[in-house]
Order: sequence, then C-alpha cells, then structure tokens
Amino acid sequence: MKNVEFRTASSVQGGLIVMGGVTGVAAGSRVQLKDHAGRLRNGLVIRSADDAVLVEVFEGTDDLDLERTWVRFLDEPFKLPVSRDILGRVFNGAGLPRDGRPPIISADRRDVNGEPLNPAARAYPREFIQTGISAIDGMNSLTRGQKLPVFSGGGLPHNRVAAQIVRQAKLLGEESSEFVVVFAAFGASNADARFFQESFEESGVLNKVVMFLNLADEPVIERLLTPRAALTAAEYLAFDLDYHVLVVMTDMTAYAEALREVAVLRGDVPARKGYPGYLYSDLAEIYERAGRIKNRRGSITMIPVLSMPSDDITHPIPDLTGYITEGQIVLGRELANQGVYPPVTVLPSLSRLMKDGIGKNFTREDHPHVASQLFASYAKALEVRGLAAIIGAEELSDADRRYLQFAEAFERRFIGQGEDEDRSVYETLNLAWDLLSMLPPEALIRVSEEELAKYHKWQAMAEAA
Amino acid sequence: MGKILEINGPLVKLELPETVLGEQVRVGAIGLVGEVIGRDGDTALAQLYEDTAGLKPGEVAEGLGWPLSVELGPGLLNAIFDGVQRPLNAVWEKSGDRIARGVAVPSLPRDQRWHFVPDPERRAGAPVAGGDVLGTVRETESIQHRILVPPLTHGELLELAPEGDYTVEESIGRVKMADGRIDKLRLFHRWPVRVPRPFRRRDHAVKPLITGQRILDTFYPLLKGGKAAIPGPFGAGKTMLQQQIARWCNAEIVIYVGCGERGNELTDVLEFMPELVDPHTGRPLMERTLLVANTSNMPVVAREASVYVGITLAEYFRDQGYDVVMVADSTSRWAEALREVAGRLGQMPVEEGYPAYLGSRLAAFYERAGRVETLSGGHGSVTLIGAVSPPGGDFSEPVTSHTKEIIQTFWALSKELADARHYPAVDWLESFSGYVPSAAKWWAENVDPGWEAARGEALDLLAASEELQRIVNLVGVEALSSEQRWTLEAAGLLKEGLLQQAATDEIDSFASPEKQYALLAALLEIYRQGMKLVKLGAPARRLIQMPLLAQARRWKSQHKSEELALLKEKIARIPADFAQIALDYEQSGHTA
Repeated sequence: MKNVEFRTASSVQGGLIVMGGVTGVAAGSRVQLKDHAGRLRNGLVIRSADDAVLVEVFEGTDDLDLERTWVRFLDEPFKLPVSRDILGRVFNGAGLPRDGRPPIISADRRDVNGEPLNPAARAYPREFIQTGISAIDGMNSLTRGQKLPVFSGGGLPHNRVAAQIVRQAKLLGEESSEFVVVFAAFGASNADARFFQESFEESGVLNKVVMFLNLADEPVIERLLTPRAALTAAEYLAFDLDYHVLVVMTDMTAYAEALREVAVLRGDVPARKGYPGYLYSDLAEIYERAGRIKNRRGSITMIPVLSMPSDDITHPIPDLTGYITEGQIVLGRELANQGVYPPVTVLPSLSRLMKDGIGKNFTREDHPHVASQLFASYAKALEVRGLAAIIGAEELSDADRRYLQFAEAFERRFIGQGEDEDRSVYETLNLAWDLLSMLPPEALIRVSEEELAKYHKWQAMAEAA
Repeated sequence: MGKILEINGPLVKLELPETVLGEQVRVGAIGLVGEVIGRDGDTALAQLYEDTAGLKPGEVAEGLGWPLSVELGPGLLNAIFDGVQRPLNAVWEKSGDRIARGVAVPSLPRDQRWHFVPDPERRAGAPVAGGDVLGTVRETESIQHRILVPPLTHGELLELAPEGDYTVEESIGRVKMADGRIDKLRLFHRWPVRVPRPFRRRDHAVKPLITGQRILDTFYPLLKGGKAAIPGPFGAGKTMLQQQIARWCNAEIVIYVGCGERGNELTDVLEFMPELVDPHTGRPLMERTLLVANTSNMPVVAREASVYVGITLAEYFRDQGYDVVMVADSTSRWAEALREVAGRLGQMPVEEGYPAYLGSRLAAFYERAGRVETLSGGHGSVTLIGAVSPPGGDFSEPVTSHTKEIIQTFWALSKELADARHYPAVDWLESFSGYVPSAAKWWAENVDPGWEAARGEALDLLAASEELQRIVNLVGVEALSSEQRWTLEAAGLLKEGLLQQAATDEIDSFASPEKQYALLAALLEIYRQGMKLVKLGAPARRLIQMPLLAQARRWKSQHKSEELALLKEKIARIPADFAQIALDYEQSGHTA
C-alpha cells in the first residue's frame, strides 16, 4: 500500500480531503500528498471507512487540484527519529530539521502520540528544584517531574520568566544545572523564538537544548503535532538516556486554537466557546507526559506557558489546564504595571506538589509554615489595602498600617527581583522572615511558637528602636 | 464473526449481526475491547476502551456474549484497577511502563490461593439463595471477605467444599437450581456494572460518616449511605479534601475512583496510603482501600465505564454487610466522556454540548448509594461522594446544577478561601446538608446534647459576620459598634481556630467528634463571655487584645483527640480570664 499512489480525491474542504475507492487504510496513519506542482504535503487519516477515507492535510488544501493530486498512504502513524544527536538541533513541528543541517538518521523511530503511562509505574515527584525566584521557590515550589504552567497575558514577561527558570533551575546542593531542555514553540512569533534562542546561546546551553518551532505564520495543523514531537524527544532523553529534561512549551493557547480550528472543519460538536468537548482529554495527553517512572533515572519536568485570553483565568484553556497540571504560576498585569518583575500574583498561584518536596530533609524545617504564613498575611494585607483605598490610609489602625507596609515590602522585595538574580532557597526564607518581622508575633499563627522564637526579629527590632 | 466497516475516533462501525446492546466486542488484529452502543440491521456501533489508531476496515470483530462486567471475589482489596478493571500492577509486569493496547490480564489473580472457611451453618441439601454467605476468606488483616452466592442463584446446595486453600476459579460448591440446572460456586462471580446489585429493601441512613474534618462533621454532616458532592474550581483543594476523607473516615471499605484525573495524584495515593495507619483498626490503610484509576491521558470511553466499575465494587462489599465509601474524582470528567461520545454519535446537544440525558444518568448513578438490608438480611451501606469540577468555578453549569438537585450534602469549595490558604476551603455559606436532623440525634446520644444548638449558633455568628464584613469593607471597622466588633472578632476566631484544619498538621489532621465539639463549645463560650462584658459596656477594643484569643487559635493543633482532658483544662480557665478583665474594667474604666 505504501508504494501505491492514489488519485481518487473526490472532494476537498478547508484542510480536509475525502479519498474514494481506497480500502483497508488504518485510522491515524500518515499520508503523503503530491500536488500538481510536485510539492509534497503531509496528512493524517482521521476517519476510515470501506469506501472512503477522510484525510487532514497539514499544510492546508489551498490550490489543490483534485484531479492532479497523488496520495500515498504510508501505513504508519507520525514517527520521530530519535538519537543522541537531537541535542543542539532545531526542528519544525513535524520533526524535520530547520537549522539547515542534515535530518536525523536513526533506526529508532517513535510514534509521536506516545502511549499512556501506567499509573502504577509512576514515581511521585519529591525533589525540590530551586529556580532562584523567590515567589516560586518560597511559595509555589517546583519539583522534579511536575508540570507547572505559567498563566500569562499579552504583553506580560512570561518569556523572560520562562527563560530565567531555564537558566537557573537546579537541584539543591548541585553546583550547576544538569538539565537538558526541550523547547517547543507553536504559534510563536519570530521575535519570541529568537529571544529564546539568544537566551540559550548567551547562557551557553545551546548544545543541551532541542528546539521544535512552529511559528505563527506556519501551518496550523502542524501545530497539533509540535508538542507531541517535542515530548517524544523529551521521553527519549529522559527515559532512554537518563537525562533530567525540562520541557518549556509556549503558547498552549495557540495550540488549543489550532485544535478548535480543526475541530470545526471536522464538524465536531462544540462545547464551550467553540472548543471541542475533547479539549480536556487532548490537553491531558500532552501534559500527562511529564513525570517520573519507577526504576528510571531521568525525569520530565514541564513548564507550559499559556496566555489567558483577555486575562480571564476562567477561559476554557487556562481552566482545563489548571485541572490537569499540578498548580499554576499566575502572572498579573497590576504588578507588571508597577514595575515588579517577575510579576507573579501569588494568591491564585499554586504548586500542588510543593507539600512533599519542601521542609525538613528537603529545604528547611520552617518552609511549609513560612509559605502558609506569607499567603495568609499577604491576603490580609490586600484586604487592608482595599479598605485603605476607600476610607484612606489615615483612618487605619496602627495594626492595619503595618499590614499596608508589609504588602508594599513584600511586593517590592520578595516578589520583585532582578532578571539575573539567582536567590538560594535559604536567602528566600530569610527574606521572608525579615518581612514577617514587620508584623507582631501574635498575628502569625501559621508558624509555630518555636519558629517564631528562632526566626522572628520583632523583639530585636523593638529593642533596637 | 464480523468485521470492521468504519473507524471514527473511539467509535467503530461493525458488521456484526445478532449482537445485543451493551455486549462486549473484541475488535481488530490486536484485540481491542469495547461495548456495543447501537445497532442498525446487521451493522453495530461500538465504542472501544482503547485508542483505535492502526485499526483498518475489514479487520475482524467478534461479540463476546456478555456485557461489561467486573469480577467480584478475593484479591480486590489493596489493588489498583483501570477503568475496565484491569489490574494495573499486573499490566505493568506484563507490558512495561506504558499501557500497551489489547493487553489482556484477568482482574483477579488466577494463581493465588485463598484460605476459605465455610460457614458451619451451611448444610448440603439445604436451600440457598442469592446473597447468602457461604463462608469467609481473610483477605487482609483488617477485612474478612465474605463469599456470597451470586445474586441470581437460588436452589438447593448440593455440596460445599471443606476448609482449605482455593484459587478463585476452583469450585467450592454446587447448587441445583429450580430448573434443574446445576451451578458451580466459586470464590468469585461476575456482575454487569450497569445493573445495580439487588438488595431486600432500603433502610434509613442513621449514623454520620465521621471524617475527622470539623467543617464537614460538625457543620455539614454526611450519613453512612448518603450522597454528597464536592464542587470546586481547580486549586480549591478538592483532591486534598477527598484524600483526607479516604484517609480518616470511619467506613470499613474505601473505594477511590480517579476518573480522568492526574497521574501523579494517584501515585501520591499509592505511595502514601501504604504508609498510613487506619485510625480505627491500627492496620495499614491500603488494606481497606481499592483504587480504580483512569487518569486523564487514558482513553475516554474507559473513563465513562470507570465510575460504574467503582460503584459495582462498592455494592459488592455492601452486600457483604460493610459500610463502604466511594469517592468519585471527578464526576465532571465522566460527564465529559458522556458528552464526547454523544457528540460523535451526532446526538443533539442541550446545554454546553451535553446530551439531554445527562441529568437522568447522574441521578441514576447517585441512586446506587444508600443503606440497605442485604439479600441475606444483613445491613450495609454505600456512601457516595462525587467531586465536581465546574468550568471556571461556575456552579450554574450543567453538571454542578444537576448534581446539586440529586445529592443531600453539598460541600462547596471556594476559590477565595483557597487563595487565602484557608483549608479546607469549604464555604460555610454556600454549603448545605439535608442530614442535620438525623445527625443531631446521633451527636446528642453519643457526644453532647448541645450539638445542634451550638452548630446553629456558630453558623448564625458566621452569617452575621459576613454582613458586618460588608459594612467594614465600605466604611471601615471604626464605624461598628462594640457589639458588632466583638461579633466580627469571634467569627474570625471560629474561622481560624475551628474551621481551618491543616491536612499536613499531624495533630490536627483528624479531630474526633468529642474534640470537635469541645473546640466548638469553647470558642462559643469565649464569644458569649465577651459579649456579656461588651453588653455591660466594656469596649471590644480591650477584649480583642486578650492573649486568650491568640492562644485559642492554637488549641486545635496543641492536643490530639486522645488528649481531650488537656484541652478541657484550658477551656475551664476561660471564665477566669474574662473575670480578670471584668475586674480591671470595673476598677478603672467603668467608674471613670
């Protein structure tokens, strides 16, 4: 079948063609089309019946002449050739080189769709990854094997934050990062792609990065393949070659929009905002490829970046993502406008796996309580700030005014930090105590009395005053 | 033998005459299993439990002759199954880290021998009926597995095997049915998951399910045999709360169905549970636990099946006379699986793409909960707790709103509380429980007759403070009267000293009903004592500075449930603290 060319396309409609008179074609198999000008296009069988086959064409069906289109059914799913040589290379969404160097030749070719990991085979992520960013390490810690997305919006510095994490991420006690990075951009602008490339170059890690790029002006359907190809490479690096892989993907919103575009073409029943009902399952297929496996050394830690349409966290894309990933880092416009970098809005941010990767034996014994206290005190401080906006700061009680100062200091000194500032988790925790010491000990009920005695500086400050 | 005509996602059109709706089919060269969901003449439509990539029209298809069924017998506990009851540990050994398609492994181990002790009352020649207990197998240290006559088997017991070790497939007896047929009895039997298991009659649920979580037990109780829902946006702590319930509740069997949820979360349960000790028996928690896992990246159709597999397993243990809790996380993913298949079938969508039968399917599912008199005359219950994941946290969406009409206990999780790290983030204003009158009886008999009144007083206080908070947000706290300020302060005390309960706090993770009541009564006592002084004219400002208030916030995590006496000592000193203030106040302020 592989070597037979069919010229039986009977109809065409926005990205899809129907082939008649072809029998026995496997669902999900790959297709190659040659158009009248001899150009090759890729496709995928999405519906297969005895008398007709429905094919999705990645590069689109523009100016396709049905009578002069030759179609070959390759009888296999999309596969990515993998070898150690993929490190340092740049590919397109379908896994073909776009750096001008020769294609990867390998007998080991993997189905990009992967197979679901058996939950019984998973190992639970427990190793704390220090990103050097206080808002993350202190309050929303990342662990090895976790998937922690960055929720952002247009114009916010999510790319800079992602790049800073890539540069600084390391396990505690390690001198330098032993990560390799798989970077996938879909629907990204040329400028964004160049930003990352340059950032990797500057920090000298380019030979430890594999890039998969599908830019904004490239075929939409190929976008559906890009994260899958990238994760296939990541799985190979992690579970065959024992690397710790950090996967950065941007922008998941562009991916979901591509999925919607194709779903509409197929005539799928829309669920919310026109997105197909299977958006959740589809996103899960991607996100759930992060993790660790028992008896394997490597791991996949995933940081997907997504922009929330109109900064709306209840939009289906961030919403469904939040239900699958193990938390989220939310960037906020208000902080960004005040010049705070990184503008991490800590209250809606969350790391679900944090509880098992911090504290005694991992970071420091007071870490869980300090994080909880910071959340509670900052939430209270924001309430006071809301009140001050109405009745004026002068009307506030002394206690409330302290909270106001705390909020200000917390945002400037704790959340805010330099783009090249790499804080250790101990620096972060000490800084947290400096700030908590602005509040009286009785207001801090999330930390234990022993911790207060050990770390709280109220007494000392009062004496100094 | 039939063949494949067409493949469309998980749906496959087959040429398969004489199949019946619901029949299991095996399809294609690699043997994917699925279920017939429609028939038109000689063609049948089947949904497959696994990914259909690679299937070709023309490949073989065969009907297996039975509906989707589970195997019920020794070997269930301590296990983890996928959505169609394949044992994931055995699958792991057979097919490696990733689940290969078409892998077939029996649900219950075939080579393991179980020590069967026949019921000495059973005699050959005597009649037996479905649901009768033939004997027992001690499956784990804490759970005695009662071997039941399959529900539809009735007749004369011809023979019952003596005490000894048997595999699940070996015959342990024979029954002569009314029609003369002779049925073999085994340690296990099969039951179709979409058919509720029969029982004699429904009983009233009478006892509360104690979870050790104050906001649940004290404020919004659930009864054994009841139905509850936990709706909440992501990040509100749904999973954590469910794990706390699975960990601490006083049921004998816990069935946790992870339906379309995170893989790492299940791993957490798998790694964490064996280390934990059942507070009621002192044995490892895993011995009473059974997991059904269909994570979000596993095929959608098996996700739809997984909740039925879970509830059937729950009913089976109920029929043995146990109190079973089933936690389904999350029913929204199940409903979405329903929607996805309905969409592919071209059924008319009603709300947000869901089919019109969403409400009736949900209702029928929750109806399988309940406390019953079993076929053999014993009593057992299935308590059903369904998590709901409303898109965007919007409780008016179809799954949440339908569920709300069906269940009796509603534990609404709030994003605002979770953002302030107030856990469990159960909203005390939005939640409700229809079981309060029944629970009140139990609390009055077993803990304290004052429970119902105290609960009401606390809820009134919380509601009043919510009103006051609105005023404060507009004009500031200075605008409140002394009484109002004290109300606000006392409500804050209740929230931090009682409602908040950290799962990670070793001491406070579980609170016995006695500790729950003692704390509630103590905090209310502080409120009343203070209010008395305020009414006499003492300024609330003075009371708010009492060290007692900061101390009382820490009581919950200072004494375990077993150390109630120590807690009570502290409580006994409350009046003295206030008396001191009254004295100070009379000496200085009042006269001036």
